[in-house]
Amino acid sequence: MPLLEVKNLHVSYSARSGEVCPALAGVNFDLGPGEILGVLGESGSGKSTLAAALLRLLPSNGRIQKGLVLFEGKNLLEVSPQDLRKIRGGRIGLIFQEPSSSLHPTLQIGQQVSDVLAAHEYLARRALNEKTSQLLASVFPVDAERISRSYPHELSGGQRQRVLIAQAIACGPSLVVADEPTASLDPTTQKEILQLFGTLRQKLGLAMILITHNPALLAGLADRILVLYAGRVAEIGPAAKVLSSAQHPYTAALLRCLPTDFAEGQSARKTRLPVIPGEPPDLSLHDRGCQFEPRCTERMAVCQCDEPAVNAVGELHEVSCFKFAG
Amino acid sequence: MQPLLRVENLVKLYAAGRSASSKDKLTALDGVSLSIPSGETLALVGESGSGKSTLALCIACLEPPTSGSVWFEGIDAAALGENQQCLLRPQIQLVFQDPASSLNPRWTALDIVSEPFLVQGRFTKPDRAVRALQLLDLVAIPRKMAARRADELSGGQKQRLAIARALALEPKLLILDEALSALDCSVQAQISNLLLDLQSSLGLTYLFITHDFAIAAHMADQIAVMYQGRIVESGPSEKILSSPNHEATRSLMAATPRFIETPGVLVHF
Repeated sequence: MPLLEVKNLHVSYSARSGEVCPALAGVNFDLGPGEILGVLGESGSGKSTLAAALLRLLPSNGRIQKGLVLFEGKNLLEVSPQDLRKIRGGRIGLIFQEPSSSLHPTLQIGQQVSDVLAAHEYLARRALNEKTSQLLASVFPVDAERISRSYPHELSGGQRQRVLIAQAIACGPSLVVADEPTASLDPTTQKEILQLFGTLRQKLGLAMILITHNPALLAGLADRILVLYAGRVAEIGPAAKVLSSAQHPYTAALLRCLPTDFAEGQSARKTRLPVIPGEPPDLSLHDRGCQFEPRCTERMAVCQCDEPAVNAVGELHEVSCFKFAG
Repeated sequence: MQPLLRVENLVKLYAAGRSASSKDKLTALDGVSLSIPSGETLALVGESGSGKSTLALCIACLEPPTSGSVWFEGIDAAALGENQQCLLRPQIQLVFQDPASSLNPRWTALDIVSEPFLVQGRFTKPDRAVRALQLLDLVAIPRKMAARRADELSGGQKQRLAIARALALEPKLLILDEALSALDCSVQAQISNLLLDLQSSLGLTYLFITHDFAIAAHMADQIAVMYQGRIVESGPSEKILSSPNHEATRSLMAATPRFIETPGVLVHF
């Protein structure tokens, strides 16, 4: 049984003028236990909305119009606020993009990790402290004791992110949702954090939803990749397949934008990269048809009128594109 | 032919202690030397804290170095007085990483690109408007966006605007400090193409600061690697990428995630 099933999720935001802007439309995907799903999307794709919607953490002007989010058999969109509170942090851990703004500036790190435990579990003081030390040791192989007594401003960006990871896994959740967890980090630190995710998945059987705009981060880590464009799932499939033979025109065009491997051709240096012309659509305009159509080099007449249905293109590999319509 | 920019033994110390009288010093730059021929791109690669941004500020004459020289077209810029430096600054312009903070969100696109003209007291009012629109054309921002406020533009459009502003005074050297790092992949490709086109049409020289070796490999003629305030390795891009010597270079290259489209595997250099 899948750990998480998202069915037909529709989320919209209301502007002050009363205008409604759809941010996610008809999102469907499953996640198995211990699986890492990479959600690949650029700005405006709806990826952060998806992370927030799963746990009903949308801002006040956001609304889940319809859909189901089944987690461990329960519909998260319908559970009581008390149950939801137990699930958030307890069964599902969250890691957000800016470690500096997610940590309390005047509490020591050890305290901040203990607080997460204390919010979900009844533990005596000694047990709480021991568990906190173990958690910090799992993300800080050296120096955990010193980190525990430090304040956030005394830590580097990478260290702060490790603290957030410790908080996210504190209560032994079965799923962690990480929204651009390495965006503000240096390459070396980024690599370490990604490796840490891999290790945690192995050791704890943790499932992850890893949200990013950079396809290269997902290669070698994600089991499957879901590509979001304009609030819709463009493509979903095994990571290796999506990256090596992307079927949706957007995915293929996005991967072509990456600077090519230098070793393959030195003449590639200082040449123009293939780009996706234009900009992502303004979803408040409610345009008919496929959202990628204006920028698609393979567009057909039907793409302007209707939204494409989902088509299977391989083993567990689906694409929403009229190219594959039967 | 002399290089457009030649930095010689640049040292920059900052006071590090808590009290005003403390003698503790932080060495941000520890004797940095580099040179860039006119029309070329040097990528300065390093992690945070390596001194890249401090070097950018010293070259742009926004921070006085503790010692050393910054030779720009044969003139030691660092040794000039304030008035003469003001005359030199238009030649060296900066584009920063985060256009949301480097552009005033409440100003219109037209006002933002016109600001350098006002600061430098150039051109009449009608002329400024004409030139500002031409700058928007140069970076492919549609003229109908000229009256939009900066916070109404997308990330890519904002960065184009930042580049247009940097080009207003017709500089010879553009220092791009992580200018592509905050952008989505597809937007990065668009902006890097724009930068290549502008370099070729305007004869610009770039100092391209980045922590991303993949971008450095794509954009630069030369690569210099910074570590703890020093340039530990530098040379033509091909050489650095094919046979890196220094540990810092190798570890940065190893940490740059790129993948080869076929067979879709994660590759580190």
